[in-house]
Amino acid sequence: MPLYHDDDQAMLAETASQFMAEEGAIAKQLRHWRDRDCKDGFGHGLWKQFAEMGFTGMLVSEDDGGLGMGSYEAGIVLEEIGRNLTPSPFLASSVLAATALKHADNNARERWLPGLVSGDHVYTVAIDEGAKHRPETIRTKAEKSGNGFKLTGQKDFVLHGASSDMLVVAARTSGSDDDVDGITLFAVPKDAANMSHDAVRLVDSSMATHTKFDGTELDGDAVIGEVDGGREILNAMLAAGRIGAAAEGVGVASGAMDMTVDYLKQRKQFGKLIGEFQALQHRAAHLYSEVEIARAVTMKAAQLLDGGSEKADLMISVAKAKVAKAAGLAVKEGVQMHGGIGMTDEYDIGLYMKRDRALQEFLGDMYYHAGRVAELSGY
Amino acid sequence: MSDHEAFRAEVREWLEANCPPEMRQPVKDEDDVYWGGRNATFKNDAQKAWFEACRDKGYTVAEWPEAYGGAGLTPAEGKILRQEMSRIGARPPLSSFGIWMLGPALLKFGTEGQKQKFLNEIARGEIRWCQGYSEPGSGSDLVSMQTFGEDKGDHWIVNGQKIWTSYADEADWIFCLVRTDKENKYQGITFMLFDMTSDGVSTKPIKLISGNSPFCETFMDDVKVPKSYGEDIPGYVGEINRGWDVAKYLLGHEREMISGAGGGDRTAAIGAAMKRMSGELDAVLRAELAMFDVDALAYSAMGEKFLDEMKAGKGHPAQPNMMKYVGTELNKTRHELMMAAGGSRALEWDSEETRGGKPARNWLRTKANSIEGGTSEVMLNVISKRILDLPGA
Repeated sequence: MPLYHDDDQAMLAETASQFMAEEGAIAKQLRHWRDRDCKDGFGHGLWKQFAEMGFTGMLVSEDDGGLGMGSYEAGIVLEEIGRNLTPSPFLASSVLAATALKHADNNARERWLPGLVSGDHVYTVAIDEGAKHRPETIRTKAEKSGNGFKLTGQKDFVLHGASSDMLVVAARTSGSDDDVDGITLFAVPKDAANMSHDAVRLVDSSMATHTKFDGTELDGDAVIGEVDGGREILNAMLAAGRIGAAAEGVGVASGAMDMTVDYLKQRKQFGKLIGEFQALQHRAAHLYSEVEIARAVTMKAAQLLDGGSEKADLMISVAKAKVAKAAGLAVKEGVQMHGGIGMTDEYDIGLYMKRDRALQEFLGDMYYHAGRVAELSGY
Repeated sequence: MSDHEAFRAEVREWLEANCPPEMRQPVKDEDDVYWGGRNATFKNDAQKAWFEACRDKGYTVAEWPEAYGGAGLTPAEGKILRQEMSRIGARPPLSSFGIWMLGPALLKFGTEGQKQKFLNEIARGEIRWCQGYSEPGSGSDLVSMQTFGEDKGDHWIVNGQKIWTSYADEADWIFCLVRTDKENKYQGITFMLFDMTSDGVSTKPIKLISGNSPFCETFMDDVKVPKSYGEDIPGYVGEINRGWDVAKYLLGHEREMISGAGGGDRTAAIGAAMKRMSGELDAVLRAELAMFDVDALAYSAMGEKFLDEMKAGKGHPAQPNMMKYVGTELNKTRHELMMAAGGSRALEWDSEETRGGKPARNWLRTKANSIEGGTSEVMLNVISKRILDLPGA
């Protein structure tokens, strides 16, 4: 498969680009909700529009009412989300939770997927248990209780956890904390007893929760997949989420870079456009190279994932780490090259820096993924 | 089975039958590379058999038309052939500036007569070419060149000096940029072709910090260059005084080649190899290797995307500058890390174990990567002006 969009994908890119630039624009969404201190961190109206565009169920199979597309296509939408800093539950609901639900039985899919596809519901996932992403260790426990389970433990960095209608929770049903096996995934409805959210606003104005399970009671049919057989589903979910986060990061990087290059062509100092200075030209050209490479490897990794390649895992980590490097550079150069106004709240460039920081941390930062590249390569 | 799957199966079968096991080993020494030419000799029977099989099949230049010695493969088929060759670790059957540089320029700018003659000779490895571009004093500022060809009606008399001519001392012919109009900086250059055994041509190797000398100085002292070598075979490519157009087009190919984009992922994934070589790695070195592998593997995806886009006519024409810039910087970093991982063993200049100091010599050689074919700084200038459209100084 060539590494550029085919006709259908190019059309999707154009549609997504136009939609996000108009409906998902920074002033209309991110600033609007932030300035109103919105408790969800995103607008539900826009989420309904996502559904009307067919975006919400992109990764849901056609049998389940979705479009049956792949990570590559989801990445196209995520890149535009990133470029416009559009706040939405797309990554958590339509990528991560949707991937987990692919592995659920018919009853669970019938219960959860229609609401996701229609945009009436938003879902999220609860994986991390601490300030750093370490899904190798799962301490949250689910013990048999009657026909169901009792969930105990705490999850962190749960994106819009308090606004979600359902959380996909990774818990341990057997073995010890660091075991590969013994993990089970549960679809936990928002009204489950003995679950509480400590909601916090993050640097990028998004909302996340520390979610506590204090003997949360679940029915047996909350299980996604097999009891003790959740690691594989968790991995599938992580793969889709990581490449999705990388794609969004490419959009953040591109958006920040474009804004900066535009600024270099407008701002005058010392009687010249600052874009005439070779010192800045070279830094901009270096940045361009890094962003292009990050985009290329993200496309490649998504293709490998969609094609079921055994190389996908390695390339996803390469992509997540490379995007973190490139986007980190884009936002830092962006703020610096904007000079003083880059530090003001009025200008958007700082918003890119904040979003990048949150996105880098989500599902593993560049150190985590570079370490994984080393491990998967055998050193 | 789709046509492509059928073609892949056919290629596999052909490679199985025709690529000797010795030709499926990584290249270790300079004489593992076959350059062709009038005076070429083969290192062994396997190298000869592999070259001849590819030549007869049109696989030395697989995507060139059959009339010019190629196999007439489509870009998609060419990609399959490269993938299958890389899968078994097959060496290139023929390395040649004729294939990488002059060939593409002739395919685009050559006359039918030039294509018939020169492309077939290149494809069959009969003539080894070198490139006469740089001059002392005009490095990255290539168009400031001074070598002059005086018009004598049916020929030019060329005088001047070229530098950094790779393998000039072993080449049969040269494609050479010569100023033919002193008034016009860009539109006063002609892209000439002539025999290195012509009277007045001499070469002198340049010894580098690596102790080797792939480069030469080339001197031209009243060299007679014919304007024609026969019917429809001009002694120059493109139009007289418009050689810069050809040179620019060709530089794109050179940059692509130096960046390694054409030759797969030379720069990718060294951490694993370093551990095999050095045993346990220091934690900080391991981290640096991991970060390097991230960059290198990402770059190899970029190389793939770049080639795909180029074949589909979608790429930006200045994109090779980006590939060249990043590829050469990565290659330098790669060798820095290999020296660090190799430790004191990598310092040995003449031991048998290092095959005559390969690691150190290769490391030093890479320092030229970001200079030859246009410096990194020039690449960044081109990216900022032609891709980012930043204002001129």
